[in-house]
Amino acid sequence: MADEQELRQLYRETVLEHSRQPRNLRRIAPPARHATGHNPLCGDKVTIYLDLTADEIVRDAAFEASGCAISMASASMLTELVKSQCIADVRRLTRSVFAMFATDTPGPSPGDMAALAGVRAYPSRVRCATLAWRTLEAALQGDRVAVSTE
Amino acid sequence: MNRRAPNVLIPSAHQPGLDVDRIRADFPILQQTVNGHPLAYLDNAASAQRPRSVIDAIGQYYEKDHANVHRGVHTLSHRATEAYERGRETVRRFINAAESQEIVFTRGTTEAINLIAYSFGQSLKSGDEILISHMEHHSNIVPWQLACGRSGAKLNVVPINNRGELIMEEFHRRLSKLTRIVAIGHVSNALGTVNPMAEILSAAKSRGVPVLIDGAQAVAHQSVDVQALGCDFYAFSGHKMCGPTGIGVLYGRKEWLERLPPFQGGGDMILTVSFERTVYNELPYKFEAGTPHVAGVVGLAAAIEYLEAIGMRRISAHEERLLRYATDALSNVQEVRIIGTAAHKSGVISFTVDGIHPHDLGTVLDQQGVAIRTGHHCAMPVMDFFGVAGTARASLALYNTDQDIDRLVAGIGVAIRMLH
Repeated sequence: MADEQELRQLYRETVLEHSRQPRNLRRIAPPARHATGHNPLCGDKVTIYLDLTADEIVRDAAFEASGCAISMASASMLTELVKSQCIADVRRLTRSVFAMFATDTPGPSPGDMAALAGVRAYPSRVRCATLAWRTLEAALQGDRVAVSTE
Repeated sequence: MNRRAPNVLIPSAHQPGLDVDRIRADFPILQQTVNGHPLAYLDNAASAQRPRSVIDAIGQYYEKDHANVHRGVHTLSHRATEAYERGRETVRRFINAAESQEIVFTRGTTEAINLIAYSFGQSLKSGDEILISHMEHHSNIVPWQLACGRSGAKLNVVPINNRGELIMEEFHRRLSKLTRIVAIGHVSNALGTVNPMAEILSAAKSRGVPVLIDGAQAVAHQSVDVQALGCDFYAFSGHKMCGPTGIGVLYGRKEWLERLPPFQGGGDMILTVSFERTVYNELPYKFEAGTPHVAGVVGLAAAIEYLEAIGMRRISAHEERLLRYATDALSNVQEVRIIGTAAHKSGVISFTVDGIHPHDLGTVLDQQGVAIRTGHHCAMPVMDFFGVAGTARASLALYNTDQDIDRLVAGIGVAIRMLH
């Protein structure tokens, strides 16, 4: 069916697999950095936890969330991508994810996040894909308060 | 040969159903395809669509009659004022208010409730209580919280049961000598529950407590008679009843509106202004500061005339039948759980699908041309009560058909197949 083929561009197998079996879906206590992001429009909520080494390399990353397949998959991919990265690289990675969903000239997709490129065709869903990353950004800035993607 | 006159009084049980095809032809927006499919619009509780007559009435007004109202001596100002006040009379007749002075135009239900929460709220003091319910829309919660913040009054919230009905014993228990006002929705936007307004009003009345009804989800779906109800305030929006956005109505009993202080200050709401003293205008202008949304009123009046020409009873009967059809069809899908199973419901069906987030379901349905709402429906306390972050919601209007429901159900099947 044409609809299902279209939708498969959004819900690719990698995305569904991450959302069904999210990686690092747990809490880190006590985390070096953490923040909670909230999307008031759809009620999605994600908390990102980072554990850092003394020289600020991500030793461990985890998340807790309730949300749609897109936001769960994105958070799951995030935790895999940031591990073993230094803070500067994590910031670069975050910027490249935002660039990936930029409406004018989308940038290349880092790692598994490429599977979420189909979200670009669904403007109302982009905030689902970026929620975890905005939350990560807040955690790096030391903001623990809920961030909205609005 | 039988010479008796034909029986023109058709018993209501045998009223002819709606000619839905003809009704659909009146709505230009329904004639399009969305994502390659004919549009099945099932998001009417968020906003309904407009018939051609409403769109034309607004266009005609701007093309021929527009000027500011209640001001100029010139012809167009006179025409605009006539159109505006005719609209007020149309609304009065539609909800059977005693006088057109009791009809105040606002931007919508939200502003109407804010008006009362502000103006009525001026008299609140510490220890007073405002009685609302657990199933209210945020717009019938937050204005009262603001009033509480200003006055020291507090909210008392009537709980609901797991069918999504008010627990009426609790209502009666909480309605006390501390209660200053009761503010309750006629129909829940998140659950479809139709609340027992007669019981609420008679109990409140016996204690002399005024009642505000949030009628946003009721007026387009059943006939509303504010005098028969006996409510003190009734609020509703134009855009949920096939009228324009940005226009709404506050009905207020004259005795109340006369006593309440103004909400906003400005032009039109005054008789005389000096720096020492301002004399407020008479009703309803006291509550209509600034240039009003005249085109909105013209469109709203056209919407009311459209609904009346079809007949509110026939609309109710059509939607009731469709609600039963939809409820049965959704109940047959094993993965679907309907949230809100009150004995008395209007055409709103909230539901979840096992293992599928409402947002994903909404996208999959949209791809198939089926428009529903997903999320918390501005009723977060309701979502908390049912332990869900959000639901999918299909909501009905006079132009919906069995086919719309069939496509919803088929679309849910696609989502289950793809996302499970």
